[in-house]
Amino acid sequence: MTEEIVEQRVMKVIVFQLMDKEYAIGIDVVTTIEKVLSITRVPNTPSHVRGVINLRGVITPIVDLRTRFGLEPRPLDDETRIIIVSMEDFDVGLVVDAANDVIDIPEDAIEPQPEVVGTVESEFISGVAKVGRRLFVLLNLEKVLQPVKRVSTDD
Amino acid sequence: MDTSQYLDMFLDESREHLQACTEHLLELEKNPEDLALVNEVFRAAHTLKGMSATMGYEDIADLTHKMENVLDAIRNEQIVVTTEILDVVFEAVDDLEEMVGDIERGGTGQMDVSSLVETLNRLASGDVAAALDEEEPSSGEVSTSEDSPYDQFEQTVLLQSIEQGYTVYEVEVTLRDDCVLKAARVFMLFEIFEKVGEVISSNPPAEQLESEEFDTTFRVTLVSTEEDPHLKEKAMKVSEVEEVHVTTLTREAVKGTQESARSEERSTEDETKEERTEEQVSDTPQPKKEEKKKTPKRRPAQGSKTIRVNIDRLDVLMNLFEELVIDRGRLQSIAGELHNPELNETVERMTRVSGDLQNIILNMRMVPVETVFNRFPKMVRQVARELDKKVDLEIIGAETELDRTVIDEIGDPLVHLIRNALDHGIETPEERLAKGKPETGTITLRAYHSGNHVFIELEDDGAGVNRKKVLGKAIERGLVSEEAAETLTDKQVAELILASGFSTADQVTDVSGRGVGLDVVKNTIEGLGGYISIDSIEGKGSLFQVQLPLTLSIISVMLVELDKEIYAIPLSSIIETAIIDSSEVLNAHNQKVIDFRGNIVPLVYLKEIFEMTEGEEETSDFQSIVIVRKGEKLAGLVVDSFIGQQEIVLKSLGNYLQNVFAISGATILGNGQVALIVECNSLIK
Repeated sequence: MTEEIVEQRVMKVIVFQLMDKEYAIGIDVVTTIEKVLSITRVPNTPSHVRGVINLRGVITPIVDLRTRFGLEPRPLDDETRIIIVSMEDFDVGLVVDAANDVIDIPEDAIEPQPEVVGTVESEFISGVAKVGRRLFVLLNLEKVLQPVKRVSTDD
Repeated sequence: MDTSQYLDMFLDESREHLQACTEHLLELEKNPEDLALVNEVFRAAHTLKGMSATMGYEDIADLTHKMENVLDAIRNEQIVVTTEILDVVFEAVDDLEEMVGDIERGGTGQMDVSSLVETLNRLASGDVAAALDEEEPSSGEVSTSEDSPYDQFEQTVLLQSIEQGYTVYEVEVTLRDDCVLKAARVFMLFEIFEKVGEVISSNPPAEQLESEEFDTTFRVTLVSTEEDPHLKEKAMKVSEVEEVHVTTLTREAVKGTQESARSEERSTEDETKEERTEEQVSDTPQPKKEEKKKTPKRRPAQGSKTIRVNIDRLDVLMNLFEELVIDRGRLQSIAGELHNPELNETVERMTRVSGDLQNIILNMRMVPVETVFNRFPKMVRQVARELDKKVDLEIIGAETELDRTVIDEIGDPLVHLIRNALDHGIETPEERLAKGKPETGTITLRAYHSGNHVFIELEDDGAGVNRKKVLGKAIERGLVSEEAAETLTDKQVAELILASGFSTADQVTDVSGRGVGLDVVKNTIEGLGGYISIDSIEGKGSLFQVQLPLTLSIISVMLVELDKEIYAIPLSSIIETAIIDSSEVLNAHNQKVIDFRGNIVPLVYLKEIFEMTEGEEETSDFQSIVIVRKGEKLAGLVVDSFIGQQEIVLKSLGNYLQNVFAISGATILGNGQVALIVECNSLIK
């Protein structure tokens, strides 16, 4: 009985690293995790848009989460992963320092974010979760991945 | 019943049936005597009724049913086909289309059609005058004689058939009492009958048989070209059939029934009508015979073997195939390095097979332009009536195939061109007669393939472009100067009407001139990588020629290099490439320009546009320039170097990156890398 209740309240997330923090996004939106592929830069887009990649025949835009969160950029290396997430209208790849593992977070371990949680803009965060000694920042992807509308460069 | 999974199919098929109705109605208007056409319309309407009733769209079923009644009356020669009656039927088809559209948009398909239904009801009861003029109902009602097993039309056909030596069977079938699948058995029996000959009538009617609205016995009358002694045995082979009675009908037998029917009609029908029926029975066997032959011939055409495939699946197939092509490229280069004869052979084979595969996949995405053209006849008819003009629309080459990406886009521009031709091209019947032209104008819509392009031409025999009027307007609008106007050729003048800010209509009419001019058409077509031109002879007519690429998903581009990045420029906007000496670059205001074949062409530094930080000013003595055009305007794009020309597959950047400046999409190169496609139109103001 008790087990069942616990079962229901677990959220499966993918954990990844940016700087020294661990972030988590729900596993249901993640399609695949890729190693670094060659990225083609797209001009006249905000700096956090790294460009586009060819993901098995589909052109997929790539967002650098470090730049998106205003963190210091870091060159791509063997550890770097691209997490492909599937939003309602589009697929986007997220560049992260490393993708660590898949874990279950009990829902009661999730708390609204504390007032100060580092440098990441608070609107991007839907909560924090403490599991054992690790602290995970849960992302609000809807906010992080607002579609890029045309920048008025033609004026 | 959950019908949502069938919704797409229902929508598709409803549209097809409505389209069939429209086409046959239009034909019927031209040949009001051809009752086989009525049958075609009836069949389409009947299927639609059945489908919509199954799906629970009662309003559609109801309206279709009322329309059927009218068609039935026409079929039974109770009412004569006139333009006015067809107007009402067309209106019904329009409403049906709207209802289907509503369902597609997630609506319920409900609509208030009571006044139309009333008109249809009156028409169906033979009350033409009252239905059309809204007068009080007259007493001239005609009803089918319920007692007679055959209606007048069927009798005529039967008599005719016997006279011509065909055999007429009357088959009475009794199904077993415990028969579970009555409709299925009926269907199987009809299959057998239709192989033997043509089913003329059944009692109860086929509709009721299909819906199992009968007890266990039904009667079918069929006409066969030869005697078939085994008809009974064949029919008995169907399971759950209790008994089959086959009677060969003689002339007398049919006449006997007709006699009784006729005596009844005498009380309800006026003299002239009956005389006409009799005449058709005895004196004019020819048209009936033709009609009888036509009907069975048309049937097989409907049953061609196709399946419906969702276009998304074809897109996925295309994507996967492109991946395969990229890997094929890699394999080829590996084989080239290894020099293993067996490997080489295999790779070559694979290359050939995948080449064939590519053709097939591209062909699958091709759609005949018919899908766009077939809505035009009705539109032309309607607009011509609104404008009180007489116009024939002739369609040639409707089977010409185009990629569906292009098909999706060309509908609106063509509508615009046709409306323009109707409004400004074709004159009123009086004007035409005064000019010595036939009263009815002709618009010809022609499609054909030529090279890697599809041409769509719209020709009218109307007034043509009035040079004086167009020039006057163009000067007034500041499109040309008065001096330049003198030197323009007729073709150049004609093409002025495509210029933006130009609209020659003196008054704004309902048909064209809704504030958007033909420049919109021109822009759309050029946006598709196409080209439009006009040839016009004043007083004789105009010819609009639209040239379109076969497909938008595969385009030819020039690949260029900019700081190790590769960009693609569509060949359709490139005029030529040139390498010029840096000293030829001139400064005009803050704009760098070159003198290119007598034209001053502004230079666009793509590196600046694409935010590439350049260490120093270009030191090279020569510059590579791609001259592109947008309409009449030119620009020179400065690039680092040319790579070459290539066919590429156009892909969208997706919904996350919307409207990136000067980028229209992307493509995947042979090495798997992504290259962006430059949109030249936004680089030229």
